[in-house]
Amino acid sequence: MVNGEKSGVLEAIRRSGLQKLLALGALLIMCTFFSIFGQNFFSHSAFMNILDASYYIGFMAIGQTFVIITGGIDLSVGTVMMSGALIGGVAYNVWHWPIAFCLVVIVIVATIFGLINGLLIAKLHLPPFIVTLGTQFISLGFGSIVAEVQTQQYPTVNQADGWFKTAFYRTQGGFPMGAVFLLLFFIAAYILLTRTKLGRYTYAIGSNEEAARISGINIDKWKVIVYVLSGFSAGLAGILYAATYTTIVPQTGNGLELYAIAAVVIGGTSLAGGVGSLVGSLIGVFIMTVLKDGLMSMNMQSQWQIFFTGVVVILAVLLDIYRSKKAAQVKN
Amino acid sequence: MGERNANTLTNESQKVLEMLGIDKRFQGVHALKECTFELRKGEVHALVGENGAGKSTLMKILTGIYQPDKGEIVYNGKKVHFRTAKEAQVAGISIVHQELNLMNHLTAAQNIFVGREAKGFMTDDRVINERTRKLFDSLNLNIKPTDKISFLTIGKAQMVEIAKAISFEANILVLDEPTAALTISETEELFNMMNELRAKGVSIIYISHRLEEIEVMADRVTVMRDGQYVGTLVMKDATLDQIIKMMVGRTIYEEPKTKSHVKPDAPVVLETKNLSSPLVKDVSFLLRQGEILGFAGLIGAGRTEVARLVIGADRRFRGDIFVSGRQVNIKCPKDAVSHGIGYLSEDRKRYGLALGLSVTDNAMLASLDDYASSGFINQRKCEQETYKYIKSIDIKTPSSRQIIRNLSGGNQQKVVIAKWLIKNCDILIFDEPTRGIDIGAKSEIYKLMNDLVNRGRSIIMISSELPELLRMSDRIIVMCEGAKTKELDISEADSEIIMKYATLNDVGGKKHG
Ligand SMILES: Nc1ncnc2c1ncn2[C@@H]1O[C@H](COP(=O)(O)OP(=O)(O)OP(=O)(O)O)[C@@H](O)[C@H]1O
Ligand SMILES: [Mg+2]
Repeated sequence: MVNGEKSGVLEAIRRSGLQKLLALGALLIMCTFFSIFGQNFFSHSAFMNILDASYYIGFMAIGQTFVIITGGIDLSVGTVMMSGALIGGVAYNVWHWPIAFCLVVIVIVATIFGLINGLLIAKLHLPPFIVTLGTQFISLGFGSIVAEVQTQQYPTVNQADGWFKTAFYRTQGGFPMGAVFLLLFFIAAYILLTRTKLGRYTYAIGSNEEAARISGINIDKWKVIVYVLSGFSAGLAGILYAATYTTIVPQTGNGLELYAIAAVVIGGTSLAGGVGSLVGSLIGVFIMTVLKDGLMSMNMQSQWQIFFTGVVVILAVLLDIYRSKKAAQVKN
Repeated sequence: MGERNANTLTNESQKVLEMLGIDKRFQGVHALKECTFELRKGEVHALVGENGAGKSTLMKILTGIYQPDKGEIVYNGKKVHFRTAKEAQVAGISIVHQELNLMNHLTAAQNIFVGREAKGFMTDDRVINERTRKLFDSLNLNIKPTDKISFLTIGKAQMVEIAKAISFEANILVLDEPTAALTISETEELFNMMNELRAKGVSIIYISHRLEEIEVMADRVTVMRDGQYVGTLVMKDATLDQIIKMMVGRTIYEEPKTKSHVKPDAPVVLETKNLSSPLVKDVSFLLRQGEILGFAGLIGAGRTEVARLVIGADRRFRGDIFVSGRQVNIKCPKDAVSHGIGYLSEDRKRYGLALGLSVTDNAMLASLDDYASSGFINQRKCEQETYKYIKSIDIKTPSSRQIIRNLSGGNQQKVVIAKWLIKNCDILIFDEPTRGIDIGAKSEIYKLMNDLVNRGRSIIMISSELPELLRMSDRIIVMCEGAKTKELDISEADSEIIMKYATLNDVGGKKHG
């Protein structure tokens, strides 16, 4: 039957994950474009720049992917990351704790914010948008309060505790350790999302929360865990941010969450919940960092980078809608 | 329908379940009043009653989804109290809910084993796929374990849900209107499964508005009315009339139509020529004023798709539409409404209702323009208008401000009908208008439809229930696999000839493999 064949083809496309392929294709096209038209885009230093910028957004985007698949959103990751990094800096500069402890402080602070988000959302049934908007401001203020509005400085490579930069950012020889950590965390998260109950319930909650509840799943518990994971990722992002940029300025970080969310959306994760992939999110992260560096190589400054990031987000969503329409046709 | 397994129940048959004095109130609604229910081992026990009688609520209390205000549940001789769905599952009671409760983005296997996919933290889809395949094989289901639910038809999805309930190997299986979305062969498959389970000693509670199914399957039947227990009958000693009388407190007599009520020269109000889309093949038909045009066919025959093309909900590849003789260009449902065509979706939850809004808001949704001045809605007039219809088609709701979600299925459907009546549409397309509606309400909806055509409106009625098509239609179009296979005047139509044309290509397809 004609009908059968047709749906067979579309089915095959659907199964192969068209969106991911398209996103990957877009990334490759962008790289080619900038290599041809940009100055020095295809160089070692440009490549390193792209990697540098992808670390902290990457960590945030990984946590954010889980949250968005459940149908929620975490607007607090950017400021939570900064607040963690700021307080870790205070622990280092003011309280004179060993650097290793300070790094743990970053993660703990961020994870606690994640826990607060999760508890408010799951136990009190408040909307994620509102809760995380609230904790965005709270974490923004909290970091500054603890730091007494002082800029915090992490040790540089040549200083006593400089090992932390070589461990998390680049080795003496310039090897990108940050990329290694991002990759390791990505793999762990990937296994978590595709091979464990946490992952399964993340999709289940986003797909049909009521059905999941009726199936006997403890929705509240898993939601809390997902937001804790997002906070934890923001904490790791904080370590990488401190290692990469050394200086942490109070009352910054708001707006960074939008990059994480944009990366996730570009990667094909639906804000309506139930669908999404980490591979897509990672590609989304690189699409944005490549765009940034590529435009720079064409002498277009940050206002243009911001402008085009917006364009890419909208294109990605359009593509996603087109894809789900096609999918719906297959169904009928 | 399958042969009835003679299952002679004696009084000594073991009681597995007793629900005593169950009372439940929601805000403003006394849903269950001291309700009683009793179930024996290895019986199929039908639970019937009008929309809103409290059947689903009683079952939700049994399965731990709602907590009763009063009353007790005795299960296997012990008093039990389930606080969550999981506790009931673990105790051996599983349920297929009236509304689908599946996760659309997950596969069939992932849905079936959700919550018990693995002992530890890690999951392995190969294991559950294999178990699901075995389960499907044993149930004769032609569904791949790796198929995502969103790519299955409603009927298939329903079968997944049923398979899930069966996979718990429960002692008590509750089926709340499982056949509403099933095709005839799927229904038969379900009945075979039920017979097997019954033979194994599983007790089944079966809720359905289709009394002919109950006649075939049930050993006993319990009737509920207005949240109260009315009585229990042994099926083989009972007549349908008796049951209906207990349900609605009166008998309902339905005479089939034998000849068309439409004058042959009545003006044509709607005509389509060669409507085509990927799922519809060159469908042409016309609808006369005051006519009820029935669309028969199996589920998936493309009847809904035709309706969606007519109202512009899907894009047509080809084909013209004429309203009252003038060609019209309908590109979206709004155009259709402005030409006086209203569509009542078969899937009211998805397309027909805003579940979180009140009865009034839903009923007035299509007509707000007529009840607003310079953008402000005249809420009082809206409520009055809605109230008129609550009375005239007897919508059971504590007030016009009740949120739709809290109404029973049948009453939700009536609100959708009210919406298009208020909009004053001349052409109404009813897609499975009585799915999930009890006979009392059904006969009211039939009366309503007859009233409407007598007043000069015209109706297209898509239905999978042949008796209702034969009773209501003046003319019947039979469809199969997207094509119109036959057009019959009511005087020449009977179920045999309709089924023949509804399965026409089916047979041909099988021949070719
Ligand atoms: N969550 C709820 N909140 C408020 N009222 C409710 C709720 N659930 C059910 N009701 C009300 O309780 C009554 C019984 O509803 P129930 O769904 O049990 O009926 P039913 O017998 O299953 O009807 P149907 O045949 O239409 O499915 C109805 O009047 C309904 O409006
Ligand atoms: Mg019900």
